[in-house]
Amino acid sequence: MYPDDRKYSKDHEWVKLSGGEATIGITQYAQEQLGDVVYVELPEVGRAVKRGEIFGTIESVKAVSELFCPMSGEVTAVNADLSDYPEVVNSKPHDTWMITLKLGDPSEAEGLLDSAGYQASLG
Amino acid sequence: MTDAAQTLKQTPLHARHLSQGARMVPFGGWEMPIEYGGLVSEHMAVRTAVGLFDVSHMGEIEVAGADALAAVQRICCNDASKLEVGQAQYSGLTTPRGTLIDDVLVYRLADDHFMLVVNAANIAKDYRWIADEIQPVGDAVAVNASNRYALVAVQGPAAVETVQPVTGVELSELGYYRFVTGEVAGQLATISRTGYTGEDGLEIYLAPQAADRVWQALTESGAPLGLVPAGLGARDTLRLEAAMRLYGNDMDEETTVLEAGLGWLVGWDKTEFIGHEALRDQKAAGVGRRLVGFELVDRGIARPGYPVRVDGEVVGAVTSGTQTPFVKKAIGMAYLPAARAKADTEFEVEIRRRWARAKVVKMPFYKRQGS
Repeated sequence: MYPDDRKYSKDHEWVKLSGGEATIGITQYAQEQLGDVVYVELPEVGRAVKRGEIFGTIESVKAVSELFCPMSGEVTAVNADLSDYPEVVNSKPHDTWMITLKLGDPSEAEGLLDSAGYQASLG
Repeated sequence: MTDAAQTLKQTPLHARHLSQGARMVPFGGWEMPIEYGGLVSEHMAVRTAVGLFDVSHMGEIEVAGADALAAVQRICCNDASKLEVGQAQYSGLTTPRGTLIDDVLVYRLADDHFMLVVNAANIAKDYRWIADEIQPVGDAVAVNASNRYALVAVQGPAAVETVQPVTGVELSELGYYRFVTGEVAGQLATISRTGYTGEDGLEIYLAPQAADRVWQALTESGAPLGLVPAGLGARDTLRLEAAMRLYGNDMDEETTVLEAGLGWLVGWDKTEFIGHEALRDQKAAGVGRRLVGFELVDRGIARPGYPVRVDGEVVGAVTSGTQTPFVKKAIGMAYLPAARAKADTEFEVEIRRRWARAKVVKMPFYKRQGS
């Protein structure tokens, strides 16, 4: 269910690390809780974000949820396809990235969970 | 389970909702299914095929006696004298100020016997109001019969096709806002050609102990037609697309019938009803504000409670709003100054500390073909 090639946050984001960069999306569990996603609001490229800061908003028909940044850094890209096809967050959450970050402090990754740890945290 | 959850009422179909994987939420004092497989797919099923809803939380208050018609005429703003036995009418329970205690469906069960179907959260309030206000009328008594009824709604273009195989009633002969007593799946039922989705549909009033058998029969009968169980989430987005008001959001005891855009349910020919003077005065003077439908021009979704401003001045808040599945637009309703309530007028909605442009559009947002 939760791929081994990445880390996970307690706020239900996944983080794929590569060099000094991180690619971030939300987990299968998160999309199940949200229901049908109809709108994703993402930050501007170039914005500096801190760990724990809100970097965007995701809306399903019934609810609004904030997206919390699992690591600090500078936004280098956002997934523009999500403005037209937000529903892929539901159908392929682990293949649907939201932002990439140039990491400010790669050691923050130590505070994230691995696949087994995340799975266990869901109970 | 918390104490609050333990005090929530459950409908006779509660166990079935759980077995069908429903997500349950508190609503109007009841524990109700918000969705089963997903709000959007349930919404689309109702627009294109058929959906099955448990709306047993709705209240039923009966008014009976030789003066029952006079009693209903006093408490409701619409003209119940126009109802034949077997006919239903949308109406409002009005205060002396012409504001709304509740919106109701009035069924004429017999010449001297009416049933008012009321919102779940308002059952106790409505019953007290009705019992008090009909006292001066004479021979009429109000009974809160809510516990005697379960209510399932079959809604969508395939609604009649779903119900017909399990009833002896000839549904093609049942007109819009008409009802009839008969059997559904061998259970005594009142079948009504009404709904809250903007689609053709039937609402079936049942004894609580009959509900599960009827639900099962409708599930089987509708399966080849694409029937899905649908929750309150889809019910809300469906009614919003159809521009049907939700009591407590789009209207309440602070909004008059006219401000809510429901002038068509005032029986102006009636000599007297609670609130008639206030409503006649307001009609003559013109309303100061009006409920409008809008769609967002800028990106985003306007939700209930988000502030609304006109010419830089905050004038109220969104009363209903979401991104709706069939129309696929961010739509909603809000009260605007009457002078700024015309179609295409622009105003702004605050979405997360940013002002997004919206424009007034004609309601309904969705109208079924052939209606």
